[in-house]
Amino acid sequence: MAKMLPSDAEPKRLTKRRRESSLWWMYLPSVLLVFLFIIYPFFDGIRISLTNWNGFSQIYDYVGLEQYKRMFADPDTWLVVKNTLLYGIGSAILQNIIGLGYALLLNQTLKIRSLTRTIIYLPVIISPIVMGYIWYFFFAYQGGALNDIISWLGMEPVNALGNPDLNPFIIVFVNTFQFVGVAMIIYLAGLQSISKDYYEAANIDGASSWSKFKNITLPLLMPAITINIVINIIGGLKLFDVIVSLTNGGPGNASQSMSTFMYSLYFARQDAGYAATQGVLMAVIILVLSMAALIYFKRKEVEA
Amino acid sequence: MNQISKRAKWLSTGAALLITLCHVVPYYILITTSLKRAGDFSSKWLLPDYFSLENFTLAWEEANLSTAFMNTFIITIAAAAMLIIFGSLAAYALARRQTKLNKYIYMLFVAVMVIPPLTALVPLYQLVVDAGLMNTRLVAILNNVAAFLPLTIFLYAGFIRSTIPKELEEAARMDGASTIGVFFRVVFPLLKPITATVLILSCVYIWNDYQFAIFFLQDSDMHTLTVALSSFFGQNTSQLGLVGAAALIASLPMVILFLLLQRFFIEGLAAGSVKG
Repeated sequence: MAKMLPSDAEPKRLTKRRRESSLWWMYLPSVLLVFLFIIYPFFDGIRISLTNWNGFSQIYDYVGLEQYKRMFADPDTWLVVKNTLLYGIGSAILQNIIGLGYALLLNQTLKIRSLTRTIIYLPVIISPIVMGYIWYFFFAYQGGALNDIISWLGMEPVNALGNPDLNPFIIVFVNTFQFVGVAMIIYLAGLQSISKDYYEAANIDGASSWSKFKNITLPLLMPAITINIVINIIGGLKLFDVIVSLTNGGPGNASQSMSTFMYSLYFARQDAGYAATQGVLMAVIILVLSMAALIYFKRKEVEA
Repeated sequence: MNQISKRAKWLSTGAALLITLCHVVPYYILITTSLKRAGDFSSKWLLPDYFSLENFTLAWEEANLSTAFMNTFIITIAAAAMLIIFGSLAAYALARRQTKLNKYIYMLFVAVMVIPPLTALVPLYQLVVDAGLMNTRLVAILNNVAAFLPLTIFLYAGFIRSTIPKELEEAARMDGASTIGVFFRVVFPLLKPITATVLILSCVYIWNDYQFAIFFLQDSDMHTLTVALSSFFGQNTSQLGLVGAAALIASLPMVILFLLLQRFFIEGLAAGSVKG
């Protein structure tokens, strides 16, 4: 091999060229797929939001910001945004508090630790639509497990899923139940990475359990808190499956999230331009909230 | 001191036991529901005093679960395979060649992770109709691949940067192997741990996917398990036993895999949960 190289400069040039080539053909399929199915539809959605398109007709007009004006004037928009925020922020708060509690409990050497962990984590791998049906069996008005208990106690059965004041909270509860295992696992990993030396030093100083938790555990868990809050907020804001199986957005639009509302605007009401406008709002809300949470908690990490 | 810590341990064990019981309730209800014949309106808290798998056989046929299983299986496996091949190839180029173009492309993939694909439901649906891909498994495969590619590339690129020594590739190249040859013979086998993560992550999410499937696979021959289940529920709201049996059948494969490979599942899903 070496004989074939005429001078020392030759191989250097070759490796340099090699190092500098982008190997673009290796990522070409990925770029094409992502462009076609994510980037192009995202921008085309903004274009459609400026039209009065019905979703199937060839003829439609550009109506400027009409759909946006309509969206901000529509009381349904605010109901749906309120629900979506409840699903996003409510689930994030519950999953983090409960997930941290579970992690603190299971960070001890208990005999049933691995069983408990498995059972809590199990719903994560079950489809949310199935999880919704399982909890439907629990909350259903007729023959639901909850109403069995209520009638044993001699009270009137409740139509929890049909009650618009109650069912958004049931949806938050079911979403929390399903994904609290993820928060728990991330917190467990965070807890195990904290050096025991800190606690021993604090013990020598005679610190109380609460002050150890507040001054050692919480600050050192900040990175885990950031990840958990951000992924739970995004997951909750996108919520779709569980709502379909528990309430289908009803009664009326009472438990609709932005995803399910967009779906019904498009498929049930053929209101494509308006559905696209709602899609743009949803993307903006998810982006703004997740970025705000990320920046806020990252700053706390630095302080701590 | 010892006495107190012993008592605390008992208390913690008790709390863990209680929590476990609470979390078992929905599965218990699912089992009692699915074991009860039509017309048995006894409490869901009680097991039936007979044993009948009638609901399971009925649900299997009426909900067309064999077709749904086949569709879900094909979509999941094909999408996971494409994710692994396309994702690792892309990540290799992006991690190893830090050209200006590649830096921009990598940033693009990271930025796309923030966009939830379904906020663009309307144009996406139109695109699929125009391309004549409605009610094909291909569209479900491609959509899922596109949705998980950015995360897959992110995970692979991180792994390649931090754990694969460049010297190995350079040695292989000295022997005259082509870039693609080096990748598949030298690099790809070393990516096993992260490939396992990607495989588990994509299989769980794609197997359980409902959103893409309900939009694009409305023809009953193309139903995946989740879509078959939701349409079966629509027809049988008064026969929850059947729905319960179908839900149990649909979840069983993943649950069994999870119980067998628990450690890999938990690690893999935690690694990928950054995207949620």
